[in-house]
Order: sequence, then structure tokens, then C-alpha cells
Amino acid sequence: MANVLAVLEIRGGTLRKGAAELLAAARRIADAAGGTVDALVCANGAVDTSALGAAGADRVLHATHADFATYCPDGMSATAASIASQYRAMVVAATATGKDLAPRIAARANVPCAMDVTSVDAAGDVIRVVRPVYAGKALQTVELRGTAVIAVRPGAYAAVSASKGGAVESVATPAFTRRLEVGAIKTSDKGALDVAEARVVVSGGRGLGDPKHFALLDELAAAFGGEAAVGASRAVVDAGWAEHGAQVGQTGKTVAPELYIAVGISGAIQHLAGMRTAKVIVAINRDKDAPIFKVADYGIVGDLFEVMPALTAAVKAAKGH
Amino acid sequence: MKIAVCLRRVPDTTAKIVIGASGSSIDEAGIKFVPNPYDEYAVEAAIALKEQAGAGETVVVGLGGDTVQETLRTALAMGVDRAVHLQGAPSADGLENARVLADHLRGGGYDAILFGKLAVDDYGQQTGAMVAELLELPCATAITKLVVADGRASVEREVEGGVEPASCALPAVFTCDKGLNNPRLPSLKGIMAAKKKPLEITPVTVAAGGVTIVSLALPPERAAGRIVGEGAAAVPALMQLLTAEAKVI
Ligand SMILES: Cc1cc2nc3c(=O)[nH]c(=O)nc-3n(C[C@H](O)[C@H](O)[C@H](O)COP(=O)(O)OP(=O)(O)OC[C@H]3O[C@@H](n4cnc5c(N)ncnc54)[C@H](O)[C@@H]3O)c2cc1C
Ligand SMILES: Nc1ncnc2c1ncn2[C@@H]1O[C@H](COP(=O)(O)O)[C@@H](O)[C@H]1O
Repeated sequence: MANVLAVLEIRGGTLRKGAAELLAAARRIADAAGGTVDALVCANGAVDTSALGAAGADRVLHATHADFATYCPDGMSATAASIASQYRAMVVAATATGKDLAPRIAARANVPCAMDVTSVDAAGDVIRVVRPVYAGKALQTVELRGTAVIAVRPGAYAAVSASKGGAVESVATPAFTRRLEVGAIKTSDKGALDVAEARVVVSGGRGLGDPKHFALLDELAAAFGGEAAVGASRAVVDAGWAEHGAQVGQTGKTVAPELYIAVGISGAIQHLAGMRTAKVIVAINRDKDAPIFKVADYGIVGDLFEVMPALTAAVKAAKGH
Repeated sequence: MKIAVCLRRVPDTTAKIVIGASGSSIDEAGIKFVPNPYDEYAVEAAIALKEQAGAGETVVVGLGGDTVQETLRTALAMGVDRAVHLQGAPSADGLENARVLADHLRGGGYDAILFGKLAVDDYGQQTGAMVAELLELPCATAITKLVVADGRASVEREVEGGVEPASCALPAVFTCDKGLNNPRLPSLKGIMAAKKKPLEITPVTVAAGGVTIVSLALPPERAAGRIVGEGAAAVPALMQLLTAEAKVI
């Protein structure tokens, strides 16, 4: 029972990015406990899983069901729970889907669940995890006994290359009742890149003064060439200047990009909760005493309307377009 | 429509966190406690569902020590009909808390059971979905839209890059996200009325479960940042730092 199951996420018939990161976290537990890693893929039909062996999966377990054409929490949690007793840990990515799925698997398998974990380790018969609590204002270290479900925060583990077999075997989908019927995802018109997944996030706050000035952020994001998303503070989301999906912070999304650029955002504690783990934080604010400068690696004190066009031009030049 | 809301008290989101003497929980001295912000969306949704149906009952349920009662009264002041205080110490294992809530809710004849998406203290993010599984009810989590008609619910939730619609038959469990509604504030009349509304106390025992909190610590401080300069003139220096020092461009 030293083995680990990584429950992977499928969207539109393909594996979502983040599978390799999740397998890295799974390997961490399995290697500490002396076990192997199985990747569970629930899909309606074939899925390209050829990269999973190299990312750390000893085996790929494939469960098929017509209901797996869209996200099917009832069927997926039933499938994972049906094989739970073979595992020491079941790991899930702490994405919107993974956070929905993890507690369902735990309840069905009658085991504890730790969400939004940033570090995992196994010793003896316990799994030890670290998780941010109180909106990132504290870190909790928790021990889980027996089998546990662990949702690992995206970005917490970098993919490893592990040249494992990754042989595909099928696994039976148990009988389940589809209590919730989930439809296809309606992608937002801003394109597929989400603040929670982008390498660079450019966020705007009340300092923009008017919703039309979000164009300044769109232009800077575009200068990064498809790897940047536009975020927002709650003040501007509540004012209707930006969509809820763009909100960063305690009651919005938690992001951990490589580069976070806060434009006209004061840096309220609830905003910081959502972005303080970014690798590099840049702040542009005309108030030199704004709290955002306390967490920013680099700050420019000044009028955003003057700084943003210059920054956009510089990024364009650096990126060669 | 008979609707239950599970409610919890949390430190005010602006509270400064100080680690308590035990080393595994916070020092509660001087901290103001408020209803969990996501639970306010759930309370609002419950009241609105009853209003839409034109008849029914809303019940708010809180598991914890006696301090929970003040939070339950806030929900009563918002317009919930009655409260149940499940008196006992919650576990660090969310599944054990879910079991106690589920045992209470089972057989209650609820058409909908509402939760917050997460509690902003322990960030458990699990109670609602676990209660649903224990009660074998349909469940949609982190919803930003809820429409109930003809015994069915249509919901939406935000996922990375889009919105995911779903539907299910009632009775069902929902966990509520920001965006679902704008919670009403308790009116003065509501606050007066809340004092007379029933608040039933039921002692419960919560099992320890399989989770132990080993420690709670403050996160490492971010290294002090620096002001690169003022205005557009500082952009070249910033670019130099981002490319050569931080290597993120
Ligand atoms: C329960 C709760 C949850 C919350 N959750 C969140 C959350 O998830 N996310 C979140 O962001 N907030 C959240 N908040 C709100 C938070 O407290 C702040 O109100 C909000 O973050 C402020 O947004 P802002 O920085 O855009 O606006 P402000 O605080 O008004 O800041 C605007 C900034 O723009 C600067 N500025 C103005 N003009 C210019 C200019 N021309 N050039 C440069 N700078 C300029 C100003 O100096 C100022 O610093 C929450 C609050 C509560 C109570
Ligand atoms: N002790 C409790 N009493 C009542 N409801 C609770 C309790 N703990 C959690 N909940 C509910 O479950 C939701 C999610 O909490 P959590 O799973 O701890 O993040 C909360 O928003 C509440 O609706």
C-alpha cells in the first residue's frame, strides 16, 4: 500500500496541462514510501497518454464511459473510490475541477482529504502536507493517516523526467448514478488563457479610472505573445469593469505566475492573498506608500497612463515584435 | 421550498494572524469574527429561493462552540427563519465534520442544502461535497449562477478559461461562490426579529478522524522589494532587472 494514484483531468478528450506536475508530486510520495505511481484517466474513448511514462507514471489506468464525454464527478469519484484501497494516496490537481472532485472521492472512499497542498512528503504510515490557510497568511502542516486524497496546487511541483513504463491498462468503471449532468465548457471570449494558468498576469485596479482603460492591460498582455492573461482587483470586478473570472485574491483566484504586474492596485490584504506566491511581482502605482510596494520585487512610482505605454513598447521590443 | 444553509464563523479577512501558544492554531485574542463571506452568498441564495417559491422554510446550521450562536443570529437577522447550533468541537478532519452535518440534515426534508465554497480560515474546501456524497445527493460546487424551476436546478461554475454549466434534480447540495448574488445586509427590523427566532441547541460529538494539525506558521516574508524609479523613465531599468536579474522576460 505504498502506491499512489494520480487522477488526471481531461478536457475535450485530451489531457489538461498540469498532468506532468501532478505526476511529479505523486512520485514524491511514492518514492518516499517505496511505491509505484498509477495515473487514472477517465474518458469517453482513447486519450493520448504517451507522455505520461516519461513524466513518472508506472502505469496508466484507463476507465471508459459514455458519460465521461464531459466532466462527470459522480462517475469519476466512483471509479477512483472503487480502487482506493490499493493506494496510499490519491492525488488530484487543485484546479476548479480537481477541487470539485477531491472531496467527493474522499467521502466515497471514507478517507481524509487535504486541499490546495503546496508540499507533500511520506514517512511511516503518515503523509505530511503543507497548505496555505487564512488566505495565505499562515501555513499549516498536517499529517494524514491511512489512505488520503490530496489536491496539489498547480505550480507547486515542477515536472520531472522519470522514464517509467506508462503501460496502459483498462480499469472497470463501476456502476454509478449520474446525479449531476455537466455540460460542455463555454470558453470565455477573452480566449482560453486563464489568470490561474498564465505564465504572466497583468492585473488592473481602480487606478485605471475607467473600464475602457483595460485596453492598456490587454496591450501589455498581448506584447507577451500569448503567455499572459489579464487579471483584476475586486474593486473593479464589483464595479463591473472586469469579469468575475479575472478577479485575483481571497474571493477570487489564487495565482502563482512567474511574473505578476499590478497596475493601479493598492495591494489590500485580500488582493495579496491571491498573488503573493508569484515568482516576481512588479507594481505600478502613483502612491509611493501603497501597500503593494511592500510585496513587489520591483516597483515604479508613477502615473500608469504614462508608464504602461512605455512598458508595452519595451516588452514588444524585448520579445522581438 | 425547505432550504438549509451550513454556516461557520471565521476571523475577519483583514485580521492580522498571530500564531497561538499551541503552535497549531491562531491566537484569537482581539480578532473580530464574522460569518464566512462565502456563507453569506449561501444565506442570500436560500432566502431568495424561498421568496421565489412563495412558501417554505430556511434553516441555518452551525457546528462549533457557543460562539457560533452569534454568527447564526446574523443569518437570522438577514431573514433566515430558524437556527440549529450543533454544539461540539469540530475536527481537523473535514470528513468528520461533514458526517455530523449530514447526520443532522438527513431526513430533514430539505429541497436544497447550501454551503460556502470554502471557509476562509482553514480553506478546507470540502465540507459541502462531502455532505452531498454522504447523503447521496446531487452536488454542484462553487456555483456562480443558480436557477430553480420545476424541481430542477441549473447552475454555472467558473473553471479555468470558461464557464461550466450543469443541472440536476432537487433535492441537491450546492456550494456558493462569489458572483452568485449580492448578500443583503441585516436590517434593523431584521436584527430585532432575529432575537425572537428559534435557535435550537443540539449537543454532538465529532470523531477525531485521520488528520492531525502538526503546526501553524507564518509564511516566509517576501524579501523587501525596491522602487526602481519614477514614471516612464524607470521602464528601461525595470526591463533590465526583469530580463537579467529575475530572468522572467
Ligand atoms: C471579504 C472581502 C474579500 C475581498 N476579496 C478581494 C479579492 O479577492 N481581491 C481583491 O482584489 N480585493 C478583495 N477585497 C477588496 C479589497 O479589500 C480592496 O478593496 C480592493 O482590493 C481594492 O482594489 P484596488 O486596489 O483596485 O482599489 P484601490 O484600493 O482604490 O486602489 C487603487 C490604487 O490605484 C492607484 N492609482 C490611482 N490612479 C493611478 C494612476 N493614474 N496611476 C497609477 N496608480 C494609480 C492608487 O494610488 C491606489 O493605490 C475583499 C474585501 C473583503 C472585505
Ligand atoms: N463547523 C461548521 N458548521 C457549519 N458549516 C460548516 C462548518 N464548517 C464548514 N461549514 C460549511 O462548509 C463550507 C466549506 O467549509 P470548508 O470545507 O471548511 O472550507 C463553509 O462555507 C460552510 O458552509
